Amino acid sequence: MSETKSSLSAAPADVIAVFAFSAIGLIWSLCAAAFADDAPFRVHAYIFIAAFGLGLTWLTLGIADGRFRFRQDRYSDSVIRAGVYASLFWGVVGMLVGVIIACQLAWPSLFYFPSAGWLNFGRLRPVHTSGVIFAFGGNVLITTAFYVVQRTCRARLWGGIAPWFVFWGYQLFIVLAATGYVMGVTQGKEYAEPEWYVDLWLTIVWVMYLLVFLGTIWKRKEPHIYVANWFFLAFLVTIAVLHITNNLAIPIGPFASKSYDVFSGVQDALTQWWYGHNAVGFFLTAAFLAIMYYFMPKRAERPIYSYRLSIVHFWALIFIYIWAGPHHLHYTALPQWAQTLGMTFSIMLWMPSWGGMINGLMTLSGAWDKLRTDPVLRMMVAALAFYGMSTFEGPVMSVREVNALSHYTDWTIGHVHSGALGWVGFISFGALYCLVPWLWKKKQMYSNALIEWHFWVAFTGIVLYITSMWVSGIGEGLMWRKYTPQGFLAYTFIESVSAKHVEYIIRMLGGLMYLSGTLIMVYNVWRTIRGDAPAEEAVTDLAYPAQAATAAE
Amino acid sequence: MAQREKDQHSGTETTGHEWDGIKELDTPLPRWWLIIWYATIVIAVVYWILMPAWPTLNGYTHGILHASDRMQVEKDLAALKAQRGRQGVILQQASLEEIEKDPNLQAYAMAAGQAIFGDNCAPCHGAGGGGGKGYANLRDDIWLWGGSLDQIRQTITHGVRSGDPEAHVSQMPSFGRDGLLKPNEVDDLTEYVVALSHRKADAAAVARAAPIFSQQCAACHGPQGMGNQLVGAPNLTDTDWLYGSDRQSIHDQIWFGRGGVMPAWGKRLDEASIKAVTVYVHVNSGGSGQPSGPLPTTAVASPMSSNVTP
Repeated sequence: MSETKSSLSAAPADVIAVFAFSAIGLIWSLCAAAFADDAPFRVHAYIFIAAFGLGLTWLTLGIADGRFRFRQDRYSDSVIRAGVYASLFWGVVGMLVGVIIACQLAWPSLFYFPSAGWLNFGRLRPVHTSGVIFAFGGNVLITTAFYVVQRTCRARLWGGIAPWFVFWGYQLFIVLAATGYVMGVTQGKEYAEPEWYVDLWLTIVWVMYLLVFLGTIWKRKEPHIYVANWFFLAFLVTIAVLHITNNLAIPIGPFASKSYDVFSGVQDALTQWWYGHNAVGFFLTAAFLAIMYYFMPKRAERPIYSYRLSIVHFWALIFIYIWAGPHHLHYTALPQWAQTLGMTFSIMLWMPSWGGMINGLMTLSGAWDKLRTDPVLRMMVAALAFYGMSTFEGPVMSVREVNALSHYTDWTIGHVHSGALGWVGFISFGALYCLVPWLWKKKQMYSNALIEWHFWVAFTGIVLYITSMWVSGIGEGLMWRKYTPQGFLAYTFIESVSAKHVEYIIRMLGGLMYLSGTLIMVYNVWRTIRGDAPAEEAVTDLAYPAQAATAAE
Repeated sequence: MAQREKDQHSGTETTGHEWDGIKELDTPLPRWWLIIWYATIVIAVVYWILMPAWPTLNGYTHGILHASDRMQVEKDLAALKAQRGRQGVILQQASLEEIEKDPNLQAYAMAAGQAIFGDNCAPCHGAGGGGGKGYANLRDDIWLWGGSLDQIRQTITHGVRSGDPEAHVSQMPSFGRDGLLKPNEVDDLTEYVVALSHRKADAAAVARAAPIFSQQCAACHGPQGMGNQLVGAPNLTDTDWLYGSDRQSIHDQIWFGRGGVMPAWGKRLDEASIKAVTVYVHVNSGGSGQPSGPLPTTAVASPMSSNVTP
């Protein structure tokens, strides 16, 4: 498909569009800084000014150099390399904050800083959750989606400079969200804490992300759309719908950080958990399954186990997942019939979820021996094992009678982390370990031994984390429901808190080990990119896209 | 492109599609997977038939079991009441004194009181009631607002500075912050209070502060500094004080005149619960209800005591 005109695209209309948009953004943010109603909003206006200012400077310099005249016959990979850096950076930040707040829970008086309110658990907790889910996970998804869609469509990313807008726009969203949390700007919705103007900014970035993806699929050179792209597309569309609906709010002023939700009471709760559960379903499940569907067969060099299974479990997954949210509201003001539906749809979701695990694991048939020598493949297999475990645990916990014990306890925290650390983390690390040598044109990673270390340190960390949370969660759940023979509660709440001290220390250690694994990875990636890969240790033959006449840029 | 081929390892055909070197096998759906999935759907349908499930135009399907969380809660509460038995009923009717005198009833009230105290009072007063800086110690027999059964019930029901019309209210002035006394006078007064509590103090400063004490402090704390439970003024001749007894704490208290808030639990707990927790606190404190020192006989009227409800 080497286009004979391999020419430079004539007028970079996309650059002009982004330039104009940034100029308007700069004017808006100057007004916002001037008329801000509250200090946090003014700080955010300054951040917007800095971002748009830097963007305009970069665009001006780039236009002057003619840097934005892209060759259409080459893959757009520089934005993906940037995505690898961003993923690792935010991964370390998010996990580090996780370890800090785990310390705060284990030693509440030691890690309590009354003079620095922004360091309190309540402020840092959303920095951790958003940091690992949206900053780390989100960047991994932007990175892998942009890589996978190009290779499986044999087409350069659509939109010229638009992918860069998506990348930097998303980083700006992360900075706004995180600085907002530590300043106390929050709309109090779990996993949707940012206020209205940050939500609007994310909407713009997200729609652009969707357009870049769709545009690339539109101009594909392959007759069919690969299964990984179905999953990415379901993720992009559904997250947009969820994000917009759950964040419908009326700001108290055009330059104020505070807003009020359009929903209230139980409607608000249901909307929130419709969003919250499908953030898990479409962000952390569907999108990372897309990663699995590309990197697993690539790394194992085996065909996907079953095309039919991928079709059936894809449609079943996305149609059933969307109904399961009410299981977050068992035994609340939510009508019981809605709880029933949430629970039963969660049960019916079990096998559609497992379809992805089966397809991934069975893809290895004929290549199981590689698990002994290739820690990257082993990481992805472990990811699928944790995926299978947590997508079984989820339906179990959605059963009302089980939920009566598990809800509000650390069991939920353990469940989330077996999915997050085990599935999302490991499949991301696996994909990044594949991507780094491909993108920087190395034969392999700098050190296979360091990947082994990463795998085992992080794996042990996960096991410590989830087992300690099972023990503390089920323990506190039993304490809360224990009555004395006379009919009074046997334990006070604070007794159930102090009973978890040892488990909290173990959990902190598990998290610390997981973070250590990530730091090992960062070192390994740095050495690889620097060019320190040893020549003699040729393990696998990781080819560049073989049939691609399209060379990587 | 669409060339189906046979996979050597599995013997299964591919679909003929290929993306970036990735092919797909045309394996049928795993049987066990399909069977379990159908089974979960059957479970769901059966559950829908039994339980409240689908919304309708004017309500929802109630299910043939007619299960309802609200009914279940009522049943559970009734069962709990039955478990608590006769004594639960007596507790509601008996007076505080009767509860404390009857060993069975007292044991019952202590059990109930412990559960209530742990979830409602312990966050401030500590799990054992030992208190902390700014939060009263309930394990000793030293009281700001009185330690008799009736006084404890009054404090629990209406609180301190809670906004409840019958709450204890008094406010020590912020002598330093509001400029009522000069900084050196606050320093002298600090020494005076140190001396009152039988500790070594700067004699000259104590002498200078004596007239200030009788002018500014004696109205509530009494001429001898023995305190007054009518206005919640602590006895200054011991050192068991809410905000600490070292020099800095005394100085800060004179300077800022801090006073905490205790909620009015009458709005949150029922009559029997308040009785139980009253007995629990009373018994744990030693139960005499007497202030540590002799009650001041001369409770001097002061501007602050006018809004005090005895």
